[in-house]
Amino acid sequence: MSSPVKDERAVEENPPPREGGDRAQYGVCAFLALLGAAVIVDALGIAHVTSGIDPVGPRAVPLILGGLLVVLAVLYGVDVARGGHGEPEAGEDVDLSAGSDWRTVTLLVAVFLANALLIERLGWVISGALLFWGTAFALGNRHYVRNLLIAVTLSLTTFYAFAIGLGVNLPAGVLQGIL
Amino acid sequence: MDNLNNLMQGFADVMAPMNLLLALIGVVIGTAVGVLPGIGPAMTVALLLPVTYGMEPVQAFIMFAGIFYGGMYGGSTTSILLNTPGESSSVVTAIEGNKMAKAGRAAQALATAAIGSFVAGTIGTLLLVLVTPFVVDFAVSLGAPDYFALMLLSFIAVTSVLGSSRIRGFISLLLGLTIGLVGIDSVSGQQRLTLGIPQLADGIDVVVVAVGIFAVGEALWVAAHLRRRPAEVVPVGRPWMGRQDWRRSWRPWLRGTAFGFPFGALPAGGAEIPTFLSYATEKRLSKHPEEFGKGAIEGVAGPEAANNASAAGTLVPMLAIGLPTNATAAVMLAAFQSYGIQPGPLLFEREASLVWVLIASLFVGNLLLLLLNLPLAPAWAKLLQIPRPYLYAGILFFASMGAYAVNAQPLDLFILLLLGLLGFAMRRFGLPVLPLIVGVILGPRAELQGRRSLQLSGGELSGLLGGPVSYTVYAVIALVLVWPLIGRFVLRPPGTRSTP
Repeated sequence: MSSPVKDERAVEENPPPREGGDRAQYGVCAFLALLGAAVIVDALGIAHVTSGIDPVGPRAVPLILGGLLVVLAVLYGVDVARGGHGEPEAGEDVDLSAGSDWRTVTLLVAVFLANALLIERLGWVISGALLFWGTAFALGNRHYVRNLLIAVTLSLTTFYAFAIGLGVNLPAGVLQGIL
Repeated sequence: MDNLNNLMQGFADVMAPMNLLLALIGVVIGTAVGVLPGIGPAMTVALLLPVTYGMEPVQAFIMFAGIFYGGMYGGSTTSILLNTPGESSSVVTAIEGNKMAKAGRAAQALATAAIGSFVAGTIGTLLLVLVTPFVVDFAVSLGAPDYFALMLLSFIAVTSVLGSSRIRGFISLLLGLTIGLVGIDSVSGQQRLTLGIPQLADGIDVVVVAVGIFAVGEALWVAAHLRRRPAEVVPVGRPWMGRQDWRRSWRPWLRGTAFGFPFGALPAGGAEIPTFLSYATEKRLSKHPEEFGKGAIEGVAGPEAANNASAAGTLVPMLAIGLPTNATAAVMLAAFQSYGIQPGPLLFEREASLVWVLIASLFVGNLLLLLLNLPLAPAWAKLLQIPRPYLYAGILFFASMGAYAVNAQPLDLFILLLLGLLGFAMRRFGLPVLPLIVGVILGPRAELQGRRSLQLSGGELSGLLGGPVSYTVYAVIALVLVWPLIGRFVLRPPGTRSTP
């Protein structure tokens, strides 16, 4: 079932590096402003309880934070408009010359969500193995059988070592009683 | 002398065979995970936190000490053999270290890093033992307003001193403070930002935040930009040093330690500044300045020692005051909190034996690291060639396991993913992650101390100005905030504008 070794990613064509500033940063501004507004709205919904031992109450800090978020969104917008931009993080395995590979990220998110949805029903051994296998697949590894073996070994080992050996909370799920 | 007795007791505890084994396991997995490319010390500690969940606090901290130094050491191996360091603190090590490796002197570079780390770690831990009691005595006298001021200083320091852009630092800090807000307000019992979800009433666990931002965020970020061809790893044999290397290394080790520890111990510390200072100093003092940039051993020995000494230094404010000054200390603090232990001056009274076991384990772990790493270096180097799909699959696997294990609720996995996406966005937009983690950890405590201060003053804002300590701290904060403005308008001719 396994296809030829190909750990390297397929070359993907991406648009050339952005010109005229990094516009996507305005999205961050909008996010910060919305977050600030949400924090303020939430704070206004809190009962304003103050007492002798707590003259400030639970609302003050969220209101200040929300306000600061909005202010910072504006300041950030000004910074971006003036040509400010943050350096994307470099790293050992990071190649910033090409654009982002959204297909891989979407696949990873899907696999991750599947694990979150299935972990209690199927149990860690199955959902964890799927997580590992799916992630390796998303990242371009095509050794289906070998990866499945690695994934199952890993999830079984962690389950026995942590859940049974060390008493860490991991669900057995459908394999309850079998493991 | 009391402390010495305590420390001896700590050593006695660590020397129990079972505990020694745990220390050894901690060092081995700490190094193994730390060596893996893309995993810095903070992520190492965060990912390995769940391993200790089932243990007693004492055993957990023995293992932790090993993971802490192991993760640090593993990071320097990566910088030397792969170039492109995982953390900003090992940037300098990579400059000369990788050049040495490429010139066929990888063995010497690894050896001077390993022995230098040992020397610096040991001296740093000794200084920790000597200095911490004084800091504790000082911290005991602090009131709520002083704590509040110190935490504000931490916030300002992580956003302004470190990193290139203050505005991005502040954004990160505010995001962290907002995450820290989620849950039931400890004073009034009111729910904040819980969106009516009962599981959020306890707040978002710091471990979930750290794993999400560091591990999941990093994995997603790398996945989107995965290098098509594997990076070049310099092959290496067993590390060793000739007489000449020793002669050129020992002074930089000591000088690096002298730079690293004080910077680490300051609330505004970090390892970047001392490693750069050490590098500059060695370059100036060296008898072979022409070798710098081509692989000078002094340029590895000094910064590596500074890095490790600063790591020991960060434990002073972390243990004595409860202030984390770098990402690793922040995650360590989270580890303490997950055991219901609050670092601070009272820690040394309430959990004295635990603290001294931790400190004794730091000594032991450091020694084990040296004994282990010299012979095992070639094996660690092999880990650098792990296929990247497996590496990042493994990171996501252990991240999910760890996050689920905190509270045994699937909701945490969804939160983990959201935080991972946030971490992804932060890497994309060049927002530093450290202020966020510090904000999550210190935010709720700063609020508590601030409200306590105002309680004493009956709501008058003057209550925030406690005594001489808080005056001083506010003066320092003002200085830190105003400094770049002075730099821009006074020290530099007008008309030149830099990106804030």
